[in-house]
Amino acid sequence: MASAAATPIPAPAVEEWTLPSRGRVGVLALILTESAFFSIFVAAYVFYIGKSLSPPYPRDVLSPPIVNTVCLLSSSVSIVFAVRALRMGHTRVFGMWWLVTLALGLEFLAGTALEWHRLIYREHFTIATNLFGTTYYSLVGLHALHVTVGLVMILIVMVLTAGGHVTRRDAEHTELLSWYWHFVDAVWVVVFTTVYVIGR
Amino acid sequence: MLATQLIPRWPEKPLYLVKRCILLGAALVIGAAPTAASDWGVGAANSHLTHPQVFAPVSTPARDIETLAWFTIAVCAGIALIVGGLLAYSIVRFRARPDDDGREPPQVYGSNPIEFAWTVVPLLIVFVLILTTARTIYTVQAAPRPPTALSVRVIGHQWWWEIRYPDLDIVTANEMHVPVSDPAHPAPTFLELESADVAHSFWVPQLAGKTDLIPNRKNVMWIDPHTPGTYLGQCAEFCGTEHGLMLLRVIVQPRAQWEDWVASQRRPAARDGAAGHGREIFESTACVNCHTVRGTVADGRFGPDLTHIMSRDTLGAGAAMNTPDNLKTWIKDPNLIKPGVLMPAMNLNDAELADVAQYLETLR
Amino acid sequence: MEQEIALTAVDDQAALPLVGRLHQWVVTVDHKRLGLMYIGGGLFFFVIAGLQAVTMRLQLAFPDNHLVAPQVFNRLMTMHGTAMVFLVGMPILTGFFNYLVPLMIGARDLAFPRLNSFGFWLWLFGALLLYFSYIGGDGLYGAGSAPDVGWFAYAPLTERAFSRGNSTDYWILSILLTSVGSTATAINIVATTFSMRCKGMALGKMPVLVWLALVVAFLMLVALPPLSAAQAMLLLDRYLGAHFFDTQAGGSAILWQHFFWIFGHPEVYILVLPAFAFASEIIPVFSRKVIFGYHVMVAASCAIGFISLGVWAHHMFAVGMTPAGNAFFAASTMLVGVPTGIKIFNWLGTIWGGKLRFRVPMLFSLGFLFQFMVAGLSGIMLGVAPFDWQLTDTYFVVAHFHYVLIGGIVFMIFAAIYYWFPKATGRMLNERLGKWHFWLFLIGFHLTFDPLHFAGLHGMPRRIYTYQPGRGLEGLNLLASIGAVVQALAVLIFAVNVLYSLANGEEAGPDPWDAWTLEWSTTSPPPEYNFAIEPEVRSRRPLWDLKHPEDPDWQYE
Ligand code: HEA
Ligand code: HEA
Ligand code: HEC
Ligand code: CUA
Ligand SMILES: [Cu+2]
Repeated sequence: MASAAATPIPAPAVEEWTLPSRGRVGVLALILTESAFFSIFVAAYVFYIGKSLSPPYPRDVLSPPIVNTVCLLSSSVSIVFAVRALRMGHTRVFGMWWLVTLALGLEFLAGTALEWHRLIYREHFTIATNLFGTTYYSLVGLHALHVTVGLVMILIVMVLTAGGHVTRRDAEHTELLSWYWHFVDAVWVVVFTTVYVIGR
Repeated sequence: MLATQLIPRWPEKPLYLVKRCILLGAALVIGAAPTAASDWGVGAANSHLTHPQVFAPVSTPARDIETLAWFTIAVCAGIALIVGGLLAYSIVRFRARPDDDGREPPQVYGSNPIEFAWTVVPLLIVFVLILTTARTIYTVQAAPRPPTALSVRVIGHQWWWEIRYPDLDIVTANEMHVPVSDPAHPAPTFLELESADVAHSFWVPQLAGKTDLIPNRKNVMWIDPHTPGTYLGQCAEFCGTEHGLMLLRVIVQPRAQWEDWVASQRRPAARDGAAGHGREIFESTACVNCHTVRGTVADGRFGPDLTHIMSRDTLGAGAAMNTPDNLKTWIKDPNLIKPGVLMPAMNLNDAELADVAQYLETLR
Repeated sequence: MEQEIALTAVDDQAALPLVGRLHQWVVTVDHKRLGLMYIGGGLFFFVIAGLQAVTMRLQLAFPDNHLVAPQVFNRLMTMHGTAMVFLVGMPILTGFFNYLVPLMIGARDLAFPRLNSFGFWLWLFGALLLYFSYIGGDGLYGAGSAPDVGWFAYAPLTERAFSRGNSTDYWILSILLTSVGSTATAINIVATTFSMRCKGMALGKMPVLVWLALVVAFLMLVALPPLSAAQAMLLLDRYLGAHFFDTQAGGSAILWQHFFWIFGHPEVYILVLPAFAFASEIIPVFSRKVIFGYHVMVAASCAIGFISLGVWAHHMFAVGMTPAGNAFFAASTMLVGVPTGIKIFNWLGTIWGGKLRFRVPMLFSLGFLFQFMVAGLSGIMLGVAPFDWQLTDTYFVVAHFHYVLIGGIVFMIFAAIYYWFPKATGRMLNERLGKWHFWLFLIGFHLTFDPLHFAGLHGMPRRIYTYQPGRGLEGLNLLASIGAVVQALAVLIFAVNVLYSLANGEEAGPDPWDAWTLEWSTTSPPPEYNFAIEPEVRSRRPLWDLKHPEDPDWQYE
């Protein structure tokens, strides 16, 4: 500026400059928005508990999928071991734990598929049957959809690992994936509680 | 630096252009005028009634609301004047002058006491508003229901109002008759609001605020009109094609007159021999699937009850005045009066039309 | 001095043939280009939705008018509202954030450029899908073309039983797509502001605009999913026979309203906070003063964000909530007025003692200050629940929200375009045409929306395709319709101005307004990488520090 008289004041030095990695921030933001999405479905489920005009009611057809739940929750542990192994550079150990995670996730999905098969073909209970069907299939289905997406990504990493493409450098990426997986598990805890505990 | 020079003020020129633009706009708007069509006699009839204004209440809930409204408006206008005045003052006072020396004004980064002041003062104002609001909410909504209150069930349909008096065994449509409630002998009317299809909203501004009619739910509101008269209202929740012509009238009558009305509504449908032919046509056409005429085979509930259709001022939920011509037009093709209406054109020939209309005209 | 850090853009553009240049725009992941594409797309739909509004106004100019049929009117109304919110407001505002946030924090791009481009194309195809409904909405039953259920599409009007054909499905899908696009942008903005700031730009040194972008992004992350979830449920109802909002099977019509407004109310703040953001950059520069109360401004914005998540049911005062419910939502609604008032007062504090320059961006900003204040106060009247029982679903509400949406947001969008156009194109918009635009638009706006308040008080519900004579509505509506045409003329002048100035505008140089934030330190238009050397800042006004080395800002912050 023309008007600026001289005598500049020396600027202080900027200290060390570190910022969080954008991947982490991005995944956390994604998890935040997904949580909001799930809460609406949970809210709808809770709102309609006991409001169905016709049978079947949850008590008649649902039993808590304990094995499934245990598998899904343990997969959250195995994925932590996997990521930790990768961070230390033990690719083989990583591959093993990763495979365990994949298997546990698949078991969960298969369990849900069996439950649905039984409900649809034996109980003739569908999304159009009543309000319970509407909310049950959409909430559990939404969660299963997230499990599926997670499993696809886990599978891709598995294939890459098998091809020897995953190394220590990718630890952060696998960790981000594990955050998503933890989120899916945490949602399951909520879904399980609403559908099989409160809702029954 | 570029930005320092000021654009000089212009003489009247902008105003000149503005005038031209307004003229041009007016021309465009007037171009839409020729499409204005018949109002089926409604305009003339309306001009005898008071405008359905928020600020002309004749019933306690509307009056309570009006008091609160004026208070709120006063507070808001006060804020607008003060803040707007300060803004206007600072715009004039702190404009850059042509003889400006080009130096930057003193940079003020903020001030905690000032920030505190303009946080606390609005907080206090809001606090007062909340208290007054809550009080009116409770006086209107939680008013106890006296045992003598008249009950009316209002059921919203696409696009008309079914009005039932459960204790009096009356069914009518679109025009609700209630007795006047003089403050010495309060005779409020309690409305139970329901819907047969989608959401509607019951609104007669001079009597009360609106309450929605929602399927699968029962809402309640009350009115206690102090002055006889006809009050206009209309559906205030978008409910499909003809939401715009889902109008409503509340006719407030002195007690005795209202009782006469009740008595006449309780009578079964007239059976006038002269209209026998029209009645046969009516009863052998699909009309009976949708309309009820008490005491005949017509017991449909999809459309308004026609037992005493001639006792109503309007047709098609206020779309047209109930004149013989309009009635004929309506039966011929209701779409001419209310496009999109759910009653189909019945394709009667002219003779049948005249007979049916003649029959309906006996239903007083 | 600023030339030290400014660079000449490497202009490889002109060399390419037209198709090649178009191709470059299509495949671009550059935040600036995507930002401009968002803004351009938004303005395009503004013209379309605006013309739809003018058609509505012409229909309503006279009582019992038959210019358009009721169904046509209802489609115009729905498409106008939906388009203005999702295809005009959202993209223009995200467009500006896209363009400005990296420049203002001294970054070379957003955190995830490809995600950004993905979001843009989702938005664009969602937008096209909405208007495609005019062609494709007939569906199997031949019922209807464009959706006609209103922009908040209350259940059960949207269920198969009442809304046949596919028009409502287009509405659902289009909004789902555009919302996913917006979510992508939001994630990007959060990650960018947290992870991409240049050296020295602590959170407390970000320009106010960036702070507001962050708040908006968070609001989008938590408020858009309820809408998407509700839309997904509606889709399940319509296609798989689910019963979420099917009142005949015990479903609830109110639930939709809750879900919609849990989104809908924060949405209006998603739209207005960017306008606040522009005001917070433009008003200081044209007052020649630093923003008054930076920390309070930031805190107030966060407070608005929080409170706005808990006021949604003020759109539902008439559905028959309990007195306690009504009182709660009335209270939380009015509480929002406090932080909003704080913002208005701080802008006033910024103007106070300044040297105001009435260039076009400042004119629009001053219009915004007055109009937004009035609009907010009419919002307070609506928040007074019993008063709202009278006002809800009338033209008073229409007037309230156009006052905020036009008097507030559109005014600030115009201000922002006049302010940043030189940065994006290297040329100034014409000042003279700009003033015509401003005054005409101001007059047209007031002519349209001032009378509509009174129409509402006079018993005129909204969303009616016609009204009857003899109820005192004729004059008010005629005035409003004339005003709409005046607005259209003003927008036309604006369009002429943009086209004219693109070719013939005065050269802008890097810093035409003598401003203080980082985007003005690089060339106009900025090179693809924004900054040749990554900047390093010590205060909230790095260019002030450069221009006033004897009295730099970091001494005081
Ligand atoms: C950007 C958009 C925007 C913004 C910022 C606002 C801001 C506000 N709105 Fe508005 N609103 C809409 C857009 C917006 N609104 C839309 C689109 C609708 C209709 C949707 C539809 O139905 O289609 C709507 C509808 C709407 C309703 C429902 C009406 C109805 O349908 O019945 C209500 C009710 O409470 C309301 C209230 C408010 C309030 C209290 C604010 C407050 O935030 C305002 C705060 C500002 C001030 C108060 C002014 C400045 C403050 C001071 C000068 C300090 C002093 C003030 C006090 C002490 C009070 N709005
Ligand atoms: C950002 C939001 C926004 C904006 C900017 C506007 C702008 C306008 N709106 Fe809108 N409006 C809404 C959001 C908005 N609206 C919403 C959400 C609703 C509720 C819908 C519902 O109920 O579901 C609504 C409803 C609504 C109604 C009520 C309908 C009803 O209830 O029946 C009316 C009626 O007057 C109206 C009018 C206008 C007018 C006259 C403008 C004007 O300001 C428009 C100005 C713009 C133009 C006039 C365009 C100019 C174009 C040209 C000049 C062409 C130039 C040509 C070339 C360049 C080639 N709007
Ligand atoms: C498919 C159903 C249906 C059939 C068949 C039908 N109507 Fe209607 N009718 C309606 C509906 C619905 C309305 C209310 C329309 C509105 O106001 O939106 C109505 C309204 C009316 C009204 C106006 C009533 C009022 O109070 O405003 C009259 C009169 C009437 N019908 C007569 C007839 C006659 C006569 C026939 C047979 C020739 C007939 N209707 C056949 C559905 C039907
Ligand atoms: Cu019924 Cu609108
Ligand atoms: Cu709101």
